[in-house]
Amino acid sequence: MEEPRLDSLYQQLILEHYRAPKNKREMDDPSVEVHLANPVCGDEIRLQLKVEGDHISDVSFVGQGCSISQAAVSMMTALLKGRSLSEADSLAERFKEMMHGDEAASKDRAMGDLRALAGVSKFPVRIKCALLGFDALQQAMGKAGSE
Amino acid sequence: MTTTAFDVQAVRADFPILGQVVHGKTLVYLDSAATSQKPRPVLDALRSYYDLDNANVHRGIHELSRRATDAYEGAREKVARWINAPSPKEIVWTRGTTEAINLVAHSWGLDNLNEGDEILISVLEHHSNIVPWQLVAARTGAKLRYIELDDQGRWILDDLSTLLNDRTKLVAVSHVSNALGTINPVKDVVARAREVGAVVVVDGAQGAVHTRVDVQDLGADFYALSGHKMCGPTGIGVLWGRAELLDAMAPYQGGGEMIEFVHRDHSTWAGLPHKFEAGTPNIAGAVGLGAAVDYLAGIGMDAVVAHERELVGYALDRLREIEGMRIYGPESQAERSAVVSFTLAASHPHDISTILDAEGVAVRAGHHCAQLVMKHFGVAATARASFYLYNTREDVDRLVDALGVVKRIFG
Repeated sequence: MEEPRLDSLYQQLILEHYRAPKNKREMDDPSVEVHLANPVCGDEIRLQLKVEGDHISDVSFVGQGCSISQAAVSMMTALLKGRSLSEADSLAERFKEMMHGDEAASKDRAMGDLRALAGVSKFPVRIKCALLGFDALQQAMGKAGSE
Repeated sequence: MTTTAFDVQAVRADFPILGQVVHGKTLVYLDSAATSQKPRPVLDALRSYYDLDNANVHRGIHELSRRATDAYEGAREKVARWINAPSPKEIVWTRGTTEAINLVAHSWGLDNLNEGDEILISVLEHHSNIVPWQLVAARTGAKLRYIELDDQGRWILDDLSTLLNDRTKLVAVSHVSNALGTINPVKDVVARAREVGAVVVVDGAQGAVHTRVDVQDLGADFYALSGHKMCGPTGIGVLWGRAELLDAMAPYQGGGEMIEFVHRDHSTWAGLPHKFEAGTPNIAGAVGLGAAVDYLAGIGMDAVVAHERELVGYALDRLREIEGMRIYGPESQAERSAVVSFTLAASHPHDISTILDAEGVAVRAGHHCAQLVMKHFGVAATARASFYLYNTREDVDRLVDALGVVKRIFG
């Protein structure tokens, strides 16, 4: 088996989002927020959504953690503004497919910068880092739906 | 004192796992504080036990049962000698340090602690020496107090005379920190704790690995250790306790092996140590730990400690050369065992660990089951390189080279 290469994991785009994350700020009056942590490594985020009707009108996060978890959240938030809840959920499912090694998902233009994370699928112990943001998103949308 | 001739290459040859290649590189194993690797004599003892002697202990009259019982009890005697316990009756087999501490918390704590009593632990503790006491405090009304840490992760003992008072009934502290490698002045604290009549539990999960343990010299009441961190198998550990305390304590679990007579409405207990060993024990684990103790005795604990000390000194020197390196724990090598916890500039420890792994270097990243220590230093996690008798200066060099890759990616 060929060894997964580090440069397939640490792509420039990931490091850029890690150093200068998008939408990393505290929102004044979020409709819903979810705090999620990965207790194994100490990654944590608090994801905030503003939901109007069935659309996400604003999204932000605060948190700390490894480059993969923080870049993934940043990339995710960049795609969410203006999306319907069902579109956001589809994006989450598509991202999970990519984490399971789905080639088509990793070439899907709808995934935006998230495509840079395709290499994470070759590093199984890091997949949960990449999923932290989308796990928080799906929990947040579940809360928004039940309120 | 004469030093035993210590040949690290000969030691490495005893550890078959170390010769392998991971991710295309020769393995450099720097995660022994999580669990140590096992030498051939331990693996052989496990194999031989199952090949030739396997039977249940203390139950059969037949030959195999006698052999299994002899091996199991023989291992207890070896461990007793290793830590200079007065009697093998004071050696209780457990699954590891965690179960040993929980045993004391349950069997001594619940019956002896009351509302208003104080339990003294330290911020440096592993979760396994914090959470059991929180559980006991919640059930008894006892209050948990902490020895604080200075900026080098050492106990602040200036106010020990107020921390230890006539309400202090129990002190539970680690011998050596798993997160920082700090060698704690346990003997001093034990002596002070005994002045106020407190019972003292020492978490020796790392202490038994990196120091020569003499429980009588230390003067505590209980000492807990894990076999898997000192060349033994997983799932076997030891609680040493003073016989008079163990005798007075209620059993931890009920079942076979731990009884004397069972009646319809009550039972009476077996003598020490079997009162605390309900059910079929980890016989092979005990035999393996006995072999590990023999192995370490053959090399000599002084030689192991001297080798580790030399190695960690070299590691500290090399790591301090790296720009952006922050090392946690005591600056003085004399106060530090074979653990180096660090962070490197803006790279997260989890990323450091992935990159080092790709270079064949195994370290731990995370909070090391010591979230209070992480909080003390204001970090969520650190990377931790831990050394043992089979590590070399070349291992340190490989670590430093691999950290160069981290620097290239994260700057």
